[in-house]
Amino acid sequence: MNKPLDNPAITDPKARYKAGVLKYKEMGYWRPDYEPKDTDFICVFRITPQEGVDAEEAAAAVAGESSTATWTVVWTDLLTAADSYRAKAYRVDPVPNTGPGTNAEQQYFAYVAYDLILFEEGSIANVTASLIGNVFSFKPLKAGRLEDIRVPVAYVKTFKGPPTGIVVERERLDKFGRPLLGATMKPKLGLSGKNYGRVIYEALTGGLDFTKDDENINSQPFMHWRDRFLFGMEAVNRAQANSGEIKGHYFNVTAATMEDMYERADFARDLGSNIVMIDLVIGWTAIQSMSNWCRKHDMILHMHRAGHGTYTRQKNHGVSFRVIAKWLRLAGVDHLHCGTAVGKLEGDPLTVQGYYNVCREACTKQDLSRGLFFDQDWVDLRKVMPVASGGIHAGQMHQLLDLFGDDVVLQFGGGTIGHPMGVQAGATANRVALETMVKARNEGRDIKAEGPDILRAAAKWCKPLEAALETWKDVSFNYASTDTPDFVATPSASA
Amino acid sequence: MRVTQGAFSFLPDLTDTEIRAQIDYALSRGWACSVEHTDDPHPRNVYWDMWGVPMFGIKDAAGVMLEVDACRKAHPERYIKVNAFDSTRGIESIALSFIVNRPQDEPGFALERQEVRGRSVRYTTRAYSADRPAGQRYR
Repeated sequence: MNKPLDNPAITDPKARYKAGVLKYKEMGYWRPDYEPKDTDFICVFRITPQEGVDAEEAAAAVAGESSTATWTVVWTDLLTAADSYRAKAYRVDPVPNTGPGTNAEQQYFAYVAYDLILFEEGSIANVTASLIGNVFSFKPLKAGRLEDIRVPVAYVKTFKGPPTGIVVERERLDKFGRPLLGATMKPKLGLSGKNYGRVIYEALTGGLDFTKDDENINSQPFMHWRDRFLFGMEAVNRAQANSGEIKGHYFNVTAATMEDMYERADFARDLGSNIVMIDLVIGWTAIQSMSNWCRKHDMILHMHRAGHGTYTRQKNHGVSFRVIAKWLRLAGVDHLHCGTAVGKLEGDPLTVQGYYNVCREACTKQDLSRGLFFDQDWVDLRKVMPVASGGIHAGQMHQLLDLFGDDVVLQFGGGTIGHPMGVQAGATANRVALETMVKARNEGRDIKAEGPDILRAAAKWCKPLEAALETWKDVSFNYASTDTPDFVATPSASA
Repeated sequence: MRVTQGAFSFLPDLTDTEIRAQIDYALSRGWACSVEHTDDPHPRNVYWDMWGVPMFGIKDAAGVMLEVDACRKAHPERYIKVNAFDSTRGIESIALSFIVNRPQDEPGFALERQEVRGRSVRYTTRAYSADRPAGQRYR
């Protein structure tokens, strides 16, 4: 739609490299004639230019500052094949429902292509240093957001991806054809190791597959990490023997240093745990290191996206979670919290489904209604099991199954531990609700419409489910989402 | 106790009509059904005995039910499950698995502990029935 005909780049070498300051457009970072190559890394940024900065110049500035440019002309460019190292902004579209006559300042989707040579193989740290390293503080922009990326297949193949993946995780757990069930231990802080293990034991024995440390459970005065691991594994093994099923607890090994994390992960492995957990805040390098460790030790790697809301939630500035999810699939995690749509935490249902698609599909298709700007071929990279956690309960089982299907961990923390008949009953209520709903769906029933009836019928023979439905019958979190896709009904964005 | 492996073990045992509905669902998705049985339900026993090979050619639930019935007749006191296999590239694994027969009496598992270094414990799950040889464990 927006295709200025002229390429404003200065081509005469004398004029182009005269000392001084040029517009980014003139330096060659705005190339409306450029056809992205299959091997290019493509980004779409949502940008809000400062007053008086035109959209093309702002897009060119983003391309420049995320690749080779500095604020002034440098002759040393001539020592390089500079034209190929320059990122190229090649397309700018006004964002629907922004600008004059709306409540929002004028924003644009700027498409930028980067040559593959700019990125070190297998390094998310390097990718992020380029793409989000400088540009988000850049003065000519009021705000900027990395909305989506298209990773070239050649670059995807430099990553090992999830150490376990959905398929192998299920084979290890011997659990097929239904979502997995989990719960985060509550209260998050203050339980002693022995009391903490009690909650794990009750929840797993009652019917959950997994229990989970919360993001800020590391090694505090009330519970040192070794105590948590020792009591936790007693609980896991007891529950396994009680049920004849494989169970697990995500031990959070997040710590101050890599050495500490390895020490904790080693201990979890030695005790027989099948899974460990890390927080997103440990950073990309540490994530990739832990991914390698998990590969080496046959462990599932659970990623809690702690901190992401600081940069993913606001639409005009930051990095979309779909980009974080793509980076994490490459970096290699097995579980990733992706939102619930119906729970207590931010998430428009279609946008959240977009994250699930990024995690689970062999090839993610362009789907603007779900915020996906590009086709992304994952070239057989293993799939990440999404986790739905936060303010969900058994009464929403039909909605959750309808939204997310089978390959998801549904985590009911409060919805298990807050059950009026106790933790085991809470777990049983969730498991019965889940199995009932999967069975009904497979039998061809319309669970979206009949879900509440199906649950009520099961509650007739399952007291814990009856109590759960009664306790949480009116709980819902219907707030407007801050992050929703902006797109025009006729798709216009493409790679 | 009740071994809760498989997708529907927290529900009352499925009737034949219900089993058939699940098989119909699996076949409608293009999955191949198979029947497996065991008298060693240890959670890490992934290789139950196969009741024939997976039925890749069978498109009708009645055909699968014949095998379920035959297996139940031959091994009424064993655990029997129906698996549905999805051969889609990138999956190539079981897509649904559920128990369709179990022994009347399920004695369950003992948890054995071996105290080792420090406070660490090595855990072993052992089925009470595993004391007896295969074929004589559930009667």
